[in-house]
Amino acid sequence: MLASLTLLLVLQLIGEVLVQWLGLPVPGPVVGMALLFAALMIRRDTPAPLRETANTLLQHLSLLFVPAGAGIMVHASLLAREWLPTLTAVVLSCAITLLLTAAVLRLGARGR
Amino acid sequence: MTGEIRELWVYLAASPLLGLTLTLLAYQAAHALYLKLGSHPLANPVALAVALIVALLTLTGTPYAVYFDGAQFVHFLLGPATVALAVPLYAQLPRLKQLFGPSMLALLAGSVVSVLSVWWIAQALGAEPRTLLSLAPKSVTTPIAMGISEKIGGLPSLTAILVILTGIVGAVIGPALLKATGTRDPAVTGFAIGMSAHGIGTARAFQLGETAGAFSALAMGLNGVVTAIVVPLIARWLS
Repeated sequence: MLASLTLLLVLQLIGEVLVQWLGLPVPGPVVGMALLFAALMIRRDTPAPLRETANTLLQHLSLLFVPAGAGIMVHASLLAREWLPTLTAVVLSCAITLLLTAAVLRLGARGR
Repeated sequence: MTGEIRELWVYLAASPLLGLTLTLLAYQAAHALYLKLGSHPLANPVALAVALIVALLTLTGTPYAVYFDGAQFVHFLLGPATVALAVPLYAQLPRLKQLFGPSMLALLAGSVVSVLSVWWIAQALGAEPRTLLSLAPKSVTTPIAMGISEKIGGLPSLTAILVILTGIVGAVIGPALLKATGTRDPAVTGFAIGMSAHGIGTARAFQLGETAGAFSALAMGLNGVVTAIVVPLIARWLS
């Protein structure tokens, strides 16, 4: 558990460093994810402790969004003024993206 | 509130303990309620927990910054959790190889359409330009979206809220909408949810199963990269 958590943090750190050095357009953790994925591909198997730690962290992934979500109170007045266009755009755009992505993927995957 | 309780609250609010504990308690209460309501998608645990916390902070007159001082420890875990997404993703490697070509196509189409649709709809309904810029990266994970928003002149903190709102909407409507339109393959379901609703969608996709969760994580990561490139181009073209 401790070693795996350290590994995740080290990869995140390397990710942050690479982002700064190379001026990448993505955040450090996403680069860290790519690095871990590459490492697992080379190793060809996931160590059991790493799998457990990852499961523990991901089991309550929703929890991790709560602190940022509560920031809604900071923008309450702006959102109160523009809630209708904002909410409508978010809901419709979300539905369009869902349907289009699924349709393209299904079409492309047909017969495989 | 009586004077003594107020004093105690002010004392406690000064340490990170309160914000951290409040986050964990609110989330567990929200999660218990979600289970009690038969895991109804409308009872989204993130939305419930946020509502609970905002109500409490507003009632006690506690500023968000004071709360976040403690809550940042939970927020911080988003980093290692994002790295950890590589583990379920790797477990889907055979499926991933099989779907590689179509995934890239779906990624490109979904990413561009997500940005264009939210921009045009909000603009048609009269949203301010700054809101449009803050909305554009709404479908990608919070840190990427905030970075993009800053780069194109939006409000990063507003973007964070809109991203979370999008995540909740996608988690609520995604599984039902895809099922109703005939998507049966969990890989396709997961990928579409991750494309439109990033991490919150991914959390929901893991509830549908390991395959849906892994493909949602994949889509979320890829969409982050593509959107970071696409949004600045589209924003320059449209504004």
